[in-house]
Amino acid sequence: MTEIFGIPIQVILGQLLLGLVNGSFYAMLSLGLAVIFGLLGVVNFAHGAFYMLGAYATWVLLDIFGLGYWWALILSPIAIGLIGLVLERLFLRHLYKVDPLYGLLLTFGLALIAEGVLREAFGASGQTYPVPEVLQGALDVGFMNLPIYRVWVIVASLAICFLTWYLIERTRLGSTLRAATENPRLVQAFGINVPIMVMFTYAGGVALAALAGVLSAPVIQVSPLMGSSLVIVVFAVVVIGGMGSIMGSILSGVGLGVIEGFTKVLYPEASNIVVFVIMALVLCWRPAGLFGKE
Amino acid sequence: MKFIKKALTTALGFALAYPLISSAANEVVIGDIDDMAGLYSDVLGPGGVEAAKMAIEDFGGTVLGKKIVFLSADHQNKPDVGASKFREWVDKNELNMLLGGANTGVSLAMAKVANEKKTPFFAIGAGGSSLTNADCTPYTVHYAYDTTALANGTAKVITENGGKTWYFLTADYAFGTQLQNAATKVATENGGKSVGSVRVPLSATDFSSFLLQAQGSKAQVLGLANAGADFTNSLKAANEFGITKTMKPAALLAFISDIHSLGLKTAQGLYLTTGWYWDFNDETRAFGKKYFAKMKKEPTMVQAAYYSATMNYLKAVKAANTTDSDKVMAELRKMKINDFFAKDGYIRADGVMVHDMFVMQVKSPEESQYPWDYFKLVKKVKGEEAFGPLSDSTCPYLKK
Repeated sequence: MTEIFGIPIQVILGQLLLGLVNGSFYAMLSLGLAVIFGLLGVVNFAHGAFYMLGAYATWVLLDIFGLGYWWALILSPIAIGLIGLVLERLFLRHLYKVDPLYGLLLTFGLALIAEGVLREAFGASGQTYPVPEVLQGALDVGFMNLPIYRVWVIVASLAICFLTWYLIERTRLGSTLRAATENPRLVQAFGINVPIMVMFTYAGGVALAALAGVLSAPVIQVSPLMGSSLVIVVFAVVVIGGMGSIMGSILSGVGLGVIEGFTKVLYPEASNIVVFVIMALVLCWRPAGLFGKE
Repeated sequence: MKFIKKALTTALGFALAYPLISSAANEVVIGDIDDMAGLYSDVLGPGGVEAAKMAIEDFGGTVLGKKIVFLSADHQNKPDVGASKFREWVDKNELNMLLGGANTGVSLAMAKVANEKKTPFFAIGAGGSSLTNADCTPYTVHYAYDTTALANGTAKVITENGGKTWYFLTADYAFGTQLQNAATKVATENGGKSVGSVRVPLSATDFSSFLLQAQGSKAQVLGLANAGADFTNSLKAANEFGITKTMKPAALLAFISDIHSLGLKTAQGLYLTTGWYWDFNDETRAFGKKYFAKMKKEPTMVQAAYYSATMNYLKAVKAANTTDSDKVMAELRKMKINDFFAKDGYIRADGVMVHDMFVMQVKSPEESQYPWDYFKLVKKVKGEEAFGPLSDSTCPYLKK
């Protein structure tokens, strides 16, 4: 058996794949955060809660309305995106002019409320969501049994990440959006309704979080706490990638997933802090993040 | 004149102090410190509060002519929060007894306060057996289960049935390591052995990497030395990655609430050890029904234990005719625990409430006939066998 650093090559390949799966979750969540921060300047602490709400919406659609996974893939992000829309309109809008700390406090409060309400309604131990039938089963890839659903997660989330990046960096809509955040008054002078645009941007970022929630519903227990344990890591990912950098958050998301995967083999006890150690190192060396602009 | 002045001020002093003295003297205060909103809150949490209140109500609401007052607080799984709340209640509210919820780490911190403040402490949600060994106190009662009993149930049955090699997935804190050590000991005594383990940080978001390592060990048994959401998520992932096809999963601690949230399809066939199950007999079903009417779910073993512990503490207060901690503890050690929760249970010198434990197997969806019909009995383990002999206890104050 071939070995690298005393670890069988099969184990390394397996961990690499699992790291990719986790990394694509990180990428999708940090992408939404980066979009919201980059274009609105809001530190959206409720991102984990929206991810959790996306998963709950998926479960509710099946349990109460009998609508399956594929419906949820479309309906949950729309429903949660609408909630985001309303919140932006009612609360967040008034905070753009003041210190970003206020936005952070508001979204943190909203996250706590959402968690509390769902815990009261459904309990803390969570709900089970079945893997959709077409994606059940596992592929034997030689060194491990790879569930088909996890392959789907990698494909779907990377596709979504690429689409979002393309939309913002390469289309006319995206360039208007970026211009609107750079100089809102000038863009408004061209006859573009900037506040509406900002509102939909926030809703879009929220919908991305909800979509990640739909993708993770069949993999882990749908519980009120699922978001809060993930959101801190995702923040670290965004900081490492460079606050507001779209490509940076995608690449660092996938990369950190893989690094975390290897830590789980080499020294499992450190697997929940390795991301933060890297964050500290990056901040010392490049305070704006790996891909951020000074 | 001087005398009258002195008498008046003294009288005034008494008059002012009187409400304080009387309120404390006219109340028996029972407290509950638990994880009310975190990952263990379905196991006890608000359900435990309800169970304890039911016991107080059924007892009549008063004891020795004093009103029984119930307090509850959330420790948020932080040992310092639990310990300081306990200390505050003893100092300010003259707390008489504390029920301790989930989390061994928090309970170990609260046991220290119990010893310092000489206040009876019923550790119920926590599993770590060090509560009655290295960290024992004269005021701790470990009431429902401990890591030794869990291992003597599940690990023994599985090793005897051919599961000789074990690999452990262990929650990286006091409870997980104590559970793993206890299970390793039992497996070794029965001709098995542990071939490795991986320590997983509490509330990990993904278990697949750890499970793959377990599979790589080629062990026959996957020992899950964790609890709550960590347990359900790791079992779910083990199913997804096909690990349950080559390894037999062993739930070293699972509650009925975990099985309910996992569903029988995922959990079927699993062995687990419990101190109590709602569907044993008419007595247990009666309690289940009463609890269900309030909480809309069947009680876990530890929620039932909250009721039983509260009830038996009040009985001991009544029998001793005082709330004095030492006298009540002596009474508790003297009496037999005979109720819907335990038969002929007794509180040993080291603090263990010795009672029978039950190894159960989770039913398949076809075997389950009605809601919450989840377990079938595999083996009854006698109290002494489950909790081990007193001579094994390393409790320091026993040696004096």
